Amino acid sequence: MRWIFTALLSAFAAVALANDIGQVKVTKGEVHVERDGARIPAAVGMPIRQADRLVTGADGTVGVTFADNSLLSVGPNSALAVDRFSFDASTHEGKFDASLQKGTLAVISGKMVKQSPEAMKIRTPASILGVRGTEFVVKVADPGT
Amino acid sequence: MLPGPDGKVGTVVVERQGTRQVLDAPYAASHVRSDGSLQASRISEQETAQSFGATLAALPARPTVFLLYFLTGKDELTPESTSDLDKILADMKARPVPDIVVTGHTDTVGSAEANDKLSMQRAERVKGFLTGIGIPADRIQVAGRGERELLVPTADNIDEPRNRRTEINVR
Repeated sequence: MRWIFTALLSAFAAVALANDIGQVKVTKGEVHVERDGARIPAAVGMPIRQADRLVTGADGTVGVTFADNSLLSVGPNSALAVDRFSFDASTHEGKFDASLQKGTLAVISGKMVKQSPEAMKIRTPASILGVRGTEFVVKVADPGT
Repeated sequence: MLPGPDGKVGTVVVERQGTRQVLDAPYAASHVRSDGSLQASRISEQETAQSFGATLAALPARPTVFLLYFLTGKDELTPESTSDLDKILADMKARPVPDIVVTGHTDTVGSAEANDKLSMQRAERVKGFLTGIGIPADRIQVAGRGERELLVPTADNIDEPRNRRTEINVR
């Protein structure tokens, strides 16, 4: 029985690892991750998954590393949805789609963009950014300013 | 667009309703006007710091690769790498929840099997340095590549110090 339990646990662990595409490395102030309708306070070390939405309060910032070495950070009063992420560690092929719905974002692109330019796309309410490299910032202006 | 640590600037293509702007110069910017059109512009360093200072401060440390070199046939560091070690360990220690991959390599002296074993010993030795400063073992993956991935390509049985190395990838 114990053996079966252990086997089940490692199966879950393997699934969890497969779904983890990134990890929170920096947080300050109020930061939440919205996942499957739940609102989870972000903490350093928390895994990030596809379809997560990072939401910060007025004093909140968060920095995340991804499996292909992409780095993202989200500024205060912001919302960023990680729409799609895939990465093949052997070929470095992948897709990274994220949407900055409000606020500010800083990006340092990673291995997939080096392998295939525009593998990474950032959407804002007004535009689409095709990322060929490497470091840039994005701001979605508050409505009314 | 921001210059990287080496001063180089990448490229981002901004698209809006069929129009596109290619940004590939330092501090080049694209602004969506209130009528919806794209306007090429520049953002000053000062403005960048003002609008994005808090955001940029939250960027995680850049992923880095460190190399440590070994004495021939052993899992002992060269004197030069021994003196580099403290600086490397300090960088590792400064990273919260680091993801580390340690890959051991050898030169082509000796059999392929012996080199597989030696490269793994080198990787494990480096893992020992890392756990020794308090990095949890479960954050460190180790692999031994033997003589399969020579940094400097050589024929068999060539003593090449630059191939006797361990690569530490940290994110």
